[in-house]
Amino acid sequence: MSARRLSRDLHPGAWWAWALALAAAATATTNPVLLLLVIGVAWVTVVLRRSDHPWASSFRLYLLFGVVIVVVRVVFRILFGSGLGVTEWLWLPEVPLPDWAAGITLLGPVTREAVLAGLYDGLRLAALVICVGAANSLANPKRLLKAMPAALYEVGTAVVVAVALLPQLGDSLARVLAARRLRGVPGGRVARFRGVVVPVLEDALERSLTLAAGMDARGYGRSGALTRGRRGTTGTLMLLGLGGICVGVYALLDLEAPRWLVVGGLVGGLTCATLGFLSAGQRVQRTRYRPDPWRLEETAVVLCGVAAAAGMRLLVPVEVRFPTLDQTPVVTATALLVVLVGLLAAVAAPPPRMSLPREVGRARAA
Amino acid sequence: MLELRDVGFRYRPGLPPVLDAVDLVLEEGELVLVAGRTGVGKSTLLGVLNGLVPSFTGGVLEGDVLLDGRSVVRLPPRERAHVVGYVGQDPSAGFVTDTVEEELAYGMEQLGLDAATMRRRVEETLDLLGVADLRGRDLRTLSGGQQQRVAIGAVLTMHPRVLVLDEPTSALDPTAAEDVLATLTRLVHDLGVTVVLAEHRLERVVPFVDRIALVRGDGGVVVGPPEEVLRDSPVAPPIVELGRHLGWDPLPLSVRDARRRATRLRLPSPAVVPEPAPAPPALTARRVSVAYGRVAALREVDLVLGSGRVTALMGRNGSGKSTLLWALQGSRSRAGGSVEVDGRDPQRLDAEERRGLVGLVPQTAADLLYLESVAEECAAADRETGAEPGSAARLLDRLVPGIDREAHPRDLSEGQRLALVLAVVLSARPTALLLDEPTRGLDYPGKEVLASVLRAQAAEGRAVLVATHDVEFVAQVADEVVVLAEGEVVSAGPTARVVAESPAFAPQVHKILGEGWLTVAQLQGQS
Repeated sequence: MSARRLSRDLHPGAWWAWALALAAAATATTNPVLLLLVIGVAWVTVVLRRSDHPWASSFRLYLLFGVVIVVVRVVFRILFGSGLGVTEWLWLPEVPLPDWAAGITLLGPVTREAVLAGLYDGLRLAALVICVGAANSLANPKRLLKAMPAALYEVGTAVVVAVALLPQLGDSLARVLAARRLRGVPGGRVARFRGVVVPVLEDALERSLTLAAGMDARGYGRSGALTRGRRGTTGTLMLLGLGGICVGVYALLDLEAPRWLVVGGLVGGLTCATLGFLSAGQRVQRTRYRPDPWRLEETAVVLCGVAAAAGMRLLVPVEVRFPTLDQTPVVTATALLVVLVGLLAAVAAPPPRMSLPREVGRARAA
Repeated sequence: MLELRDVGFRYRPGLPPVLDAVDLVLEEGELVLVAGRTGVGKSTLLGVLNGLVPSFTGGVLEGDVLLDGRSVVRLPPRERAHVVGYVGQDPSAGFVTDTVEEELAYGMEQLGLDAATMRRRVEETLDLLGVADLRGRDLRTLSGGQQQRVAIGAVLTMHPRVLVLDEPTSALDPTAAEDVLATLTRLVHDLGVTVVLAEHRLERVVPFVDRIALVRGDGGVVVGPPEEVLRDSPVAPPIVELGRHLGWDPLPLSVRDARRRATRLRLPSPAVVPEPAPAPPALTARRVSVAYGRVAALREVDLVLGSGRVTALMGRNGSGKSTLLWALQGSRSRAGGSVEVDGRDPQRLDAEERRGLVGLVPQTAADLLYLESVAEECAAADRETGAEPGSAARLLDRLVPGIDREAHPRDLSEGQRLALVLAVVLSARPTALLLDEPTRGLDYPGKEVLASVLRAQAAEGRAVLVATHDVEFVAQVADEVVVLAEGEVVSAGPTARVVAESPAFAPQVHKILGEGWLTVAQLQGQS
């Protein structure tokens, strides 16, 4: 990589598309080697290309969560012996269960096949979760919402505010719990529960009102020069669109319904909805401060992800992707290369911008 | 340019008015202070200017609000945003985005400004407020003063002609408060912005203001130059009290002003207060350290609270004052050192026994309250401590008489609510009483009441420790002062000595009259 490459935040949509494609690649296999490789690709990319904002440090939690998933899956396989496979590793006494629990076995012999099945399954789920986690630490989820079409702006803002309120709720819960210990609450569990919940909710309510007032005072929701008629048109178009799509989907699923209803409903509905969106978007006189541009690098990152996903499904034979439980899983060079294509995203993406100057960041890390 | 004409406001028809027949004309480029006792309607008056009242509070608004002669009273706040900027009491509660730069741009995005203008204004504002080095920072990681300046900047980027601020310095330490006020005066002088702010600690702002709008409480508002309005205002900074006492006319407004006149003054030398005999220690802390992760919040702090003494704990925001209080109380675990109250370590006791040793009134005192009426809270406090029924209520009456028993705690005034929390905490009869920033939101008479309550508690033999930014309150109440910086004690000793050592913590009377003088009451006692 050339040293003179400028740092820049990649469009959040690109990271999410790449991560979801990588996740799609992971769902197409149970081969543990390939799955570990997918996790590794996500991990390395995150380490190379994340910034130093607080939201970027959440990747560890996702890794931890992945480990928990694998462990839980394997333990469940041991606890509720599945009767799968023949190669016994360990003999545990089976706990007899009453008749109504027929079909469930508790403990019993532990077979290699059962444990491996749990492990492969768990790994696949963990890889999925870790891919999502990678997207979350590479791209600020809030910036992704900002990149939504103008008509969806209100929904986006609501989500952003809700996300921001969660940590605040945590703060006020901690504060109230500490205060509770300062006076102690008499009475039973209900009284004690109330003693915590009432102040926390009051706090949350007050915060929301303050925020709403603050946003309003800063011009959120300015209608500008919007006429009543225009608002009516937008609403009608949206409703018609929704109705059309509903009819179309219904007709699609109901095989007795005439086929023209499918085409008419779906096409008409989508057209109306699109027009509604455009109309709603047009009335918005909001602008965006320094929107993330979509350049060649963004496309390259997405292509890396898509190539890995497509390659996994098209180029890797089924017996490699889904190894049988009685043999050591095999990997081909193609399979390895296909997954490693995902890693090219880390090279294609520019280095991220840091919130702190480099020396400070380094001092913090030390 | 912005004009209130015959404005009246009441929460419901039939209730007494909060504002009644108020006329106020704001001129281009002036700094107007809205003053008055707690709960008289200062925030309401500010809200009327930008439309938050009545659209967010409900109630009935009469009269008219004119902008350049055009009525805007029916316009909601969002449609006035480009003219009237508003910064609420708690800046962090109003942040919508998560980095400084995005926050500054948010308002402009709503106005629909083009990208180039937004970029330019963000840069200008970053420089104007001196926060350019914070541009990429996460808003939650900023200090209180930085947050306040970002909140002001976020409004300024919209280029409003009027800037309305509700208690912009109430949560700030003296130095950060000066920074924010300096920024505001710069806006008024350099950019011609009209600034309207409400503030309790008049001593901080009075030297800068052009006019004062004094909200009287009966609905009326008196508007005029500060030296006239303050002549008989119920809230007045110590410097004005001093001027009143000495019969100076016109009243002095700045320390410089008053000092010049004081040179001609022949004052008896202050009565020498003998260094009080060392009191028996009620709480002894030795080498207390507290760490958050790897960061040391407190480093080997030694502190002795004598019984019968009031000690003030000062220091800038984030210097570890709150942490020290919680560590002394025993809830926050120490990384080292010992705390001893009545021969026992509160950290080793359960919450029940701890309450009998150390009482703590936290920063948001209302967290302690959760019931529907004052009477219920008092009864609950009795049950918690096993005291005979009615003792907490009697205690409350002794602290602040005349609080309505049936009122909801949230409807009480700031001072009354604090008294209720104090009664709840004191009903456990703790040996030491700790208070975190109790003067927030209290006006001068309210602070006087609190000071006498704390003195009375000390007279009963309790050790009292108050963490506060309010230097005037410290001068009123404290026997001793401890100053923290970066989690270490930098100075400690009798109030008069510590205050003389550091000008940032000196009360106005001391700055004017010099060595030995702390309060106007001291002067009144001597003559």
